[in-house]
Amino acid sequence: MSAPGKVGFSKPVYTRPRSLVDVKSHFCPGCHHGTIHKIVAECIDRYGLREKTIGVACVGCAVFLYDYIDVDVVESPHGRAPAVATGVKRAQPDKFVFTYQGDGDLAAIGTSEIIHAANRGENLSVIFVNNTTYGMTGGQMAPTTMLGQKTSTTPYGRDFRGDGYPIKMAELLSGLEGTSYSARVAVSTPAQIRKAKEAVRKAFEMQIAGMGFSIVEFLSTCPTNWGMKPLEAQKRVLGEMSEYFPLGVFKERKQADFA
Amino acid sequence: MSALAASPSKRILTKGNEAICLGAVAAGCRHYYGYPITPQNDIPEYMAAHLPALGGTFLQAESEIATINFILGTSASGKRVMTSSSGPGISLMQEGLSYMAGSELPAVIVNISRSGPGLGGIAPSQGDYFQAVKGGGHGGYRLIVLAPHSVQEMYTLTMLAFDLADKYRTPAMILGDAIVGQMKEPFVASAYDTASMVEKPWALTGCAGRERRNVKSLHLKDNAIEIHNWKLYGKYERIRKEEVRAESYMLDGATIAIVAFGTAARVSKTAIQWARKEGIAAGMLRPITLFPFPEREVFELAKKVDVLLVIEMNTGQMVEDVRQCTPQHDRIAFLGKPCAMPTPEEILERIRLLAGRKG
Repeated sequence: MSAPGKVGFSKPVYTRPRSLVDVKSHFCPGCHHGTIHKIVAECIDRYGLREKTIGVACVGCAVFLYDYIDVDVVESPHGRAPAVATGVKRAQPDKFVFTYQGDGDLAAIGTSEIIHAANRGENLSVIFVNNTTYGMTGGQMAPTTMLGQKTSTTPYGRDFRGDGYPIKMAELLSGLEGTSYSARVAVSTPAQIRKAKEAVRKAFEMQIAGMGFSIVEFLSTCPTNWGMKPLEAQKRVLGEMSEYFPLGVFKERKQADFA
Repeated sequence: MSALAASPSKRILTKGNEAICLGAVAAGCRHYYGYPITPQNDIPEYMAAHLPALGGTFLQAESEIATINFILGTSASGKRVMTSSSGPGISLMQEGLSYMAGSELPAVIVNISRSGPGLGGIAPSQGDYFQAVKGGGHGGYRLIVLAPHSVQEMYTLTMLAFDLADKYRTPAMILGDAIVGQMKEPFVASAYDTASMVEKPWALTGCAGRERRNVKSLHLKDNAIEIHNWKLYGKYERIRKEEVRAESYMLDGATIAIVAFGTAARVSKTAIQWARKEGIAAGMLRPITLFPFPEREVFELAKKVDVLLVIEMNTGQMVEDVRQCTPQHDRIAFLGKPCAMPTPEEILERIRLLAGRKG
């Protein structure tokens, strides 16, 4: 705090969110998990949800959610977070429930769970981190891996003739009646971070208003497994990735089907 | 309102599957999730009809994999929760069961088993014994496994399963089969003693006024997973010591002792009565808990009788556990039927043979 009479920094405008644990990040340099965690924590704080939130962590790098977000967290098997979250929300409809999932988790092994949770209009929010690879297991192909992208299991580059195409989950889920909100954001520039926060706020508001299933897909980096320096990784998100996975809001429901 | 809540201690004529539902509801279970599979569909159908009026939740999942994870989430919320399925569906639940055992989450899982492996058939079977009592999923864990042999026990053992699951923070399984699930007989709907319900200070309810809690099975820090595995082992050892349940049936002076569970034991009772009338001293030890297995009871019994006759509706699974408790393997006989109920006549014939008599 500044001394009385002085102009300027009398009121803090940028602080650590209450819901973010004060620990050093273990994530690789240039990884976006830290920024995304912070956005989630800020939105939890904004709506005063910390004491009524149950987070659902999945496997892979995303599992460490419980080391960073200061709320109750249950860990789910690979891909099953939307089902675990369903079980939590059905048992405690008055609580705020969100999942935090990577692309291998949500778009491969958990495709069934995410589609059916969305289709039921489960009143929960999904944070989906898409970095086009399996991070923790060492950089194998994900359903979101770009065509031509080399991974440890597509050593010659992903080829649609054998490996299929990168899945656009935000668009796919927006087509389901039960989805109330679906957006894709990135956090590679300050402007994108502001928009990302708006999207998470909107997703959380949907749940608070009982509007049903909401999802925010984040385009994210994995410099370690991409074999890139952090700045190169940012450029990839801003260029190649955003071209194939366009940023924007794909669905925003105005009124609940079941008021 | 269920008939049960209206008048406790009433005699009710119903199917085994429905008795499970009545036991669950009496024990305070208000959350049921499932996926249809023969021969247990009476259970989800009953819950779909009755839970909403009781303020509970019924939800039909998109798969058994989703089902067990609904269960995981509701259990982590501190609520009593149940699912039911049959062989192939239980196989799909093994991933979630391993996670729940690792995360120390209680729930009741009902397996009204059918014949396998694979799609197999819908005939009654006890072919899921290995899967039930040896863990089933990955990583080395145990389920508490209860094996009812009557509609009465479908009711009482379901209530017990909820208590044991909560007491030990681990999933408990009711292992039945198509016959005990589908048969109808009267049972006494005794009231549930709510004193058996325990606090759940680990439940995730939002961190109002306390530190945040985690429910998880991942342990990456130095030695943490080894410590966790020894902790689970200690729990299973305690269950082995304290929770064995078995019925002794006409074992006074018996020279031939049947060891059988569930429907196989139910049928054996008739054969034993017939054998006794013929002057053959037959009796039975019926494991009610399959894990923990009545090891000491089998060991002591083996010392007293001439022969142990293991009867199962499979090609021989529990017989391996009986052998393990019995030093003299040449005194163990086996009668198995993988996809059908053995008849009392068939059992009597084997008893006569073992007694050295001709029919």
